[in-house]
Amino acid sequence: MAELRTEEMILNMGPQHPSTHGVLRLVLTLNGEIVEEVKPVLGYLHRCFEKHAEAMTYPQVIPYTDRMDYLNAMSNELAYVLAVEKLLGIEVPERVEYIRVIMAELQRIASHLVAIGTYGNDSGAMTPFLYCFMDREKVLELFEIVCGARMLYNYIWVGGLSHDITPEFITKTKELVKYLRPRMKMINNLLSYNKIFIERTAKIGILPPEVAINAGVSGPTLRGSGVKYDLRKSDPYSIYNKFDFDICVGTGERGVVGDCWNRYIVRAYEIEQSLRIIEQAIDSIPEGDVQSAVPKRVKPVAGESYVRTESPKGELGYYIISDGSLNPYRVKARSPSFCNISVINQISRGHMIADVVMILGSFDIVLGCIDR
Amino acid sequence: MGILNKLDNSVEQFESGNIIITSMDKLLNWSRLSSMWQMFFGLACCAIEMMATSASHYDLDRFGIIPRPSPRHVDIILISGTVTLKMATRIKRLYDEMPAPKYILSMGSCANCGGPYWEHGYHVLKGIDRIIPVDVYVPGCPPRPEALLEGLIKLQERIRNQSLAKHIA
Repeated sequence: MAELRTEEMILNMGPQHPSTHGVLRLVLTLNGEIVEEVKPVLGYLHRCFEKHAEAMTYPQVIPYTDRMDYLNAMSNELAYVLAVEKLLGIEVPERVEYIRVIMAELQRIASHLVAIGTYGNDSGAMTPFLYCFMDREKVLELFEIVCGARMLYNYIWVGGLSHDITPEFITKTKELVKYLRPRMKMINNLLSYNKIFIERTAKIGILPPEVAINAGVSGPTLRGSGVKYDLRKSDPYSIYNKFDFDICVGTGERGVVGDCWNRYIVRAYEIEQSLRIIEQAIDSIPEGDVQSAVPKRVKPVAGESYVRTESPKGELGYYIISDGSLNPYRVKARSPSFCNISVINQISRGHMIADVVMILGSFDIVLGCIDR
Repeated sequence: MGILNKLDNSVEQFESGNIIITSMDKLLNWSRLSSMWQMFFGLACCAIEMMATSASHYDLDRFGIIPRPSPRHVDIILISGTVTLKMATRIKRLYDEMPAPKYILSMGSCANCGGPYWEHGYHVLKGIDRIIPVDVYVPGCPPRPEALLEGLIKLQERIRNQSLAKHIA
């Protein structure tokens, strides 16, 4: 029999595809069902944040940082504001620091809930998505109490906060902590330890720690590979050194260290750690005025600053150069999703097409963060 | 019978409800507005609010709105977010692939007019209505789920008043 003629096939995935979490386009080179190469094509959501920042005054940039990674607006604001405060050399009141940490951790919970829910959706389980969004709605309700907005807040200001928290916020946050613990147990039983889900994700897309470190991968994606690296512990910013919490890493409880399941479960465990931080912080908020350190005019002297923080997606950094005017001379954002997506080709090779969906979901990318 | 409650007093019943007489317009409009299948397609921040609206808390299913992944299956498309020039060509193509009758809901300031990116955004399309016709605009950055629901109800009203004989703008 004559030999079968085979040839590679190019398959276009996205930009309109339900599992690309936005408008990412992947060009897959296939050998039958096996993926030979994955080439991400970016830029469908390029909103030129960095160029915008040059035309705005320092406080005006904050709403644009919200829209960068729209699932964790608070963490984006926090990182940017910390960089500006470093440039100005101002100290903020202790009360502000506490509230900022609580907000950042609540946002981490909301972001991880979306990650878990949509990952379940990617693997074909619709129910966890509905449960996760129900719980996320409760977190957003808290943000609404303090600043009126659900998603994009402009809450953290240079030197302070736009509004003080209310007693209602404190009681509702305590209720949420009590409510979420059993809910997370339920979601874990429903999805994380579900046999079908484990079959889909375990031993898929194994990311070795040395590859992850070389590529600059950070956040839960890096910790899924067993690397104990969390900026809240390794390089504490704000007042994170005051709180007692653990760094969650992938341990190979199911599958092997560095696979999709381990990357996923880090997020589920981190919600518990965030709850612990909130519990410790909510009871010890000192008294004070949240706007006492807000400068009338933000006009730093010429210089530069870089601040990196642990956002729910990974290491988020802002590099700001000031020329002494009211506008920043240059703002560079180091976004975690952009660095994390860079390893997708390396770890998807040799897997099936359907696994690419799971690998992509396990990175928890946000296109606003990749394209900026 | 559900249909009799939805179609107003122009319905006549005969033979103890086994035969009904109504106008073609009313029947078509009723069926179109009660199952507006939506394209599973998000662009930016607004897409998260769109997802939140279709999830359990706000529940789009009760309007008969179900997300479908292919443009061939859908009746409405929600333009939810910033439309960059690179994406605009793709949206035009997706719109062309949809079977008629098709409806467009522009969600959020970016899709309406460029939003926060209108001034310095050399890369942003200043309003989706420059390339495809829009039926309903929902303002907000991002609009709250309640606002999106209101927009969808407005779209239903629009469909209810359609006519086969004359075009209503």
